[in-house]
Amino acid sequence: MTGPGREKWNDIRGYLIGYGLALALTAAAFAAVRWPTFGAGATLGLVFGLALVQLTVHFRYFLHISLRRSARDDLLLILFSTLIIVLMVSGTIVIMSDLRGRMM
Amino acid sequence: MNAGEVKHPGLNLGSTDTDTHEQAEGDVFGFWVFLMSDAVIFALLFAVYGTMLAATAGGPTPADAYKLGPTFAETLTLLTSSLTFGMASIAVKYEASGSVLFGWLAITLALGLAFLGLELHDFATMIGEGAYPARSGFLSSFFALVPLHGLHVLAGCLWLVVMIVQLSTFGLDARVKINLLRLGLFWHFLDIVWIAIFSIVYLQGLIR
Amino acid sequence: MMDGIWPAVLGRFTWSALPFVRAWQNPTINEIIGAGAAMMVIVGAASVIALITIKGRWRYLWREWLTSLDHKKIGIMYVVLAFVMLSRALVEAVLMRMQQAAAVNAPGFVEPDHFAQLFSTHGSIMIFFMAMPFLTGIINYVMPLQIGARDVSFPLLNSISLWLTGGAAGLIMVSLVIGRFSTGGWSGYPPYTELAFSPDVGPDYWIWAVTLGSIASTLSGLNFAVTIYKERCPGMTFMRMPLFVWTALCTSILMIFAMPPLTVATALLALDRYVGFHFFTNDLGGNMMNYANLFWLFGHPEVYILILPAFGVYSEVVSTFSSKELYGYTSLVWATMTIAVLSFTVWVHHFFTMGQSANLNAVFGIATMTIGVPTGVKIYDWIWTMFRGEVRFTVPMLYSLAFMMTFVLGGFTGILLAFPPLDYLVHNTLFLIAHFHNMLIPGLLYGMLAATHYWFPKAFGFRLNEKWGRIAFGCWVVGFYLAFMPLYVLGAGGAARRSQAFFEPAFRPWLYVAGVGALILASGLASLFVQLWVSMRDRDANRVFVGDPWDGRGLEWSTSAPPPEYNYANLPVVAGRDPFFDGKRKGDPYGAPEDYHDIDMPRNSMVGPVSGTVGAMLGFGLVWHIWWLSILCLVTLIGTVIARSFVRDVQRVIPAADIARIEQRWHDAIAQARAIPRERETMTVNEGLAEVTV
Repeated sequence: MTGPGREKWNDIRGYLIGYGLALALTAAAFAAVRWPTFGAGATLGLVFGLALVQLTVHFRYFLHISLRRSARDDLLLILFSTLIIVLMVSGTIVIMSDLRGRMM
Repeated sequence: MNAGEVKHPGLNLGSTDTDTHEQAEGDVFGFWVFLMSDAVIFALLFAVYGTMLAATAGGPTPADAYKLGPTFAETLTLLTSSLTFGMASIAVKYEASGSVLFGWLAITLALGLAFLGLELHDFATMIGEGAYPARSGFLSSFFALVPLHGLHVLAGCLWLVVMIVQLSTFGLDARVKINLLRLGLFWHFLDIVWIAIFSIVYLQGLIR
Repeated sequence: MMDGIWPAVLGRFTWSALPFVRAWQNPTINEIIGAGAAMMVIVGAASVIALITIKGRWRYLWREWLTSLDHKKIGIMYVVLAFVMLSRALVEAVLMRMQQAAAVNAPGFVEPDHFAQLFSTHGSIMIFFMAMPFLTGIINYVMPLQIGARDVSFPLLNSISLWLTGGAAGLIMVSLVIGRFSTGGWSGYPPYTELAFSPDVGPDYWIWAVTLGSIASTLSGLNFAVTIYKERCPGMTFMRMPLFVWTALCTSILMIFAMPPLTVATALLALDRYVGFHFFTNDLGGNMMNYANLFWLFGHPEVYILILPAFGVYSEVVSTFSSKELYGYTSLVWATMTIAVLSFTVWVHHFFTMGQSANLNAVFGIATMTIGVPTGVKIYDWIWTMFRGEVRFTVPMLYSLAFMMTFVLGGFTGILLAFPPLDYLVHNTLFLIAHFHNMLIPGLLYGMLAATHYWFPKAFGFRLNEKWGRIAFGCWVVGFYLAFMPLYVLGAGGAARRSQAFFEPAFRPWLYVAGVGALILASGLASLFVQLWVSMRDRDANRVFVGDPWDGRGLEWSTSAPPPEYNYANLPVVAGRDPFFDGKRKGDPYGAPEDYHDIDMPRNSMVGPVSGTVGAMLGFGLVWHIWWLSILCLVTLIGTVIARSFVRDVQRVIPAADIARIEQRWHDAIAQARAIPRERETMTVNEGLAEVTV
């Protein structure tokens, strides 16, 4: 296969790989909760870890965010958004749990 | 300008339609910025949910309210709809006529509606078991976060219907293409939010 | 009234919701003031409508302004909205000062509930419907011209943002006539604003006005950021952008990320009030501190949304009127970006007293003080820009100088407030009020007034009257010091903010001084209106059609004044930071191009006016629980968006011949104009052509 045909197949393959990985990661997370084998803390860590991996899978294969130079604007925007979200969410959790610890 | 250049998130039209590809740069980027702003809304609702997890006020706890099976089914439905939308995007890029595109959009719409049906059934069960939003701070935060995602899916479905109508009215013109590219970002973005929902809300609540 | 069809049609409206009825039934001074204010809204609106009808200008207004997607016209409409709202909120400020001055061990003339509405509307309007529209308007007008673009990236969205803001402002105006406004302050803290304590319509008016306004601001921020990212003319690299564009970019990014927390806060409060959720209630697991956290996640970056554009204006003004390149451009850019990021790390300093641990407060106190560093860098850069420059003390420059001195003073009191133990002492006192007015009046209002003076000739083709500009400037500065310095003293002496009456006789002289200051501030506004009238009267003598009255530096001065709707006949190509200033020194920047091309411009659209009006009606329906109206409006809104997506004929072509004619007229004017030296720029000989000295 050459030319557009090859490009099309590459695009399709990307989505299929993404779908396969996403299915596997989802299944692993649900299985870890359905059949608990580690402690609660470790399972929670595992679930969150798998979610992070699946997040990057979706960004890579479905949203086509890559490290290529021409796509750097989009990546920077995502990283900045992540920074703001981490600041806001972690700040909220820290502040409110600090309050809860002192008030309850 | 190189037509093969990646100009925006999501599938790029590239050399298959260079004019629309050029035009899509700003249009799709703008929508992507909107999604980032939307992501902050979801992030804050997650944060509020986190601070209210313990505020059950003697009512149902996460472990009482959530069910693993239905959540898994919803997840599979939504994931599959992302694949089918991906196939629709590929049809936008490579199909001249749009007949295959019709099919993929219709399947995606069906999956989206199926997801909504499953989710509504889920909520109805929860409410029937006494886990209604006004019961406690915890349930309020659940019912602000998860149904908001559902509302987004509903908006996505409405958008799909509009696009199917536009496709039959205008064919695959530049604006239809760009709108489908935007809708694709939206659809995949909802997937990402759902990953956070099933991990942080459902799975965390069900860990024993 | 209670049963039957009326509740379904009118929701919870009753006749006593009208202030006229209340004043008739209970004619106290308090109620008469309320009725008088409502009357002013009605008479004001009616006379504007009558005037337009008599002059037969509806068609013109609708075609040329209301449905326009031109960023310049949208910018001007934003500024007009800002001035209307400024007038109302300033009157309220004067009323509050008079009340407090009259109410030391006396009842005064405004009752507590009415007083609470006054400070709630004053704050909400000044932030959301004066400051935000003002800076959005200035950015809208100036930024696309400065980056050499034809328009913003999404002209229709721009119009929708304008109209949503206008609709939200209208909702607040309506609250004067029908019902009442919130008494919960501009921050609307629950549990006070929950149903249990404020069952009336007031907080609902606040919720929907602020929600509409914040959605509009998010969309504006998005539009500006994408425009700056994608629409810069060839050669305009990031490090060649004028500093105002940099501050516009950072402000836009702040809008994109900092408005959502406000939307979340108001939406959750609405869920509590409308469908009985328990986010911020006292019972069933609600936690009102979540609201404080969410609100200030927005509230702190908001301060920088307001201040950064003014920083940009000062950078332009100081450089232009010192005839010098901006000193430390790179450091100013980095300082702006640093401030933008740091602004997301300090929100706890708005609620040091909420009860979290001392260590947590210390972290946020230190972060707060850190912001002083990049701000200090900026002040030094402006001072060094003036150093050894030929400084001309025009009105915008006077505002810049007043800003530098006053803002530093406010910064000092900010550092004081950043110490949590000290904050505990003056929290919720007039000291805080003095501090944030000390930041926002120089840091926003002076900047926007400087911008208005500076760019007015560009927008309208004639200069503003210099004498009345100086009188207004004097009033704004003297009035500010008289009105707010006493509040520092009062606050340090323990005078609580939002007090309708005081019981300490020692406060009286300070309250009198503050009252006089408020009156002088009101004279400042009046002087601005006089200035506008005088300038319009004398406009023919002050025309600057050539377009460069101040020997400007950026691209915006390289067009005619006012610029043609397409901004640039051919998109400029730039090779430096001050392209027009350098161009004037190196050769002829006005040289006509060899040929002109057709230009596509967006057609007018009524989607903006429709969505703003319907959005405001949706809010009104929700406030009064008129459900049929709310549903109808929601469906109309969605329908409008869908219908618009089917419209394909959205572009209009301006033929090359028309462009050639417009440009030729301008080039003829340039050829006939006399270049003037800087010392004569405020005189009538200024036709907008600068004499170039190397």
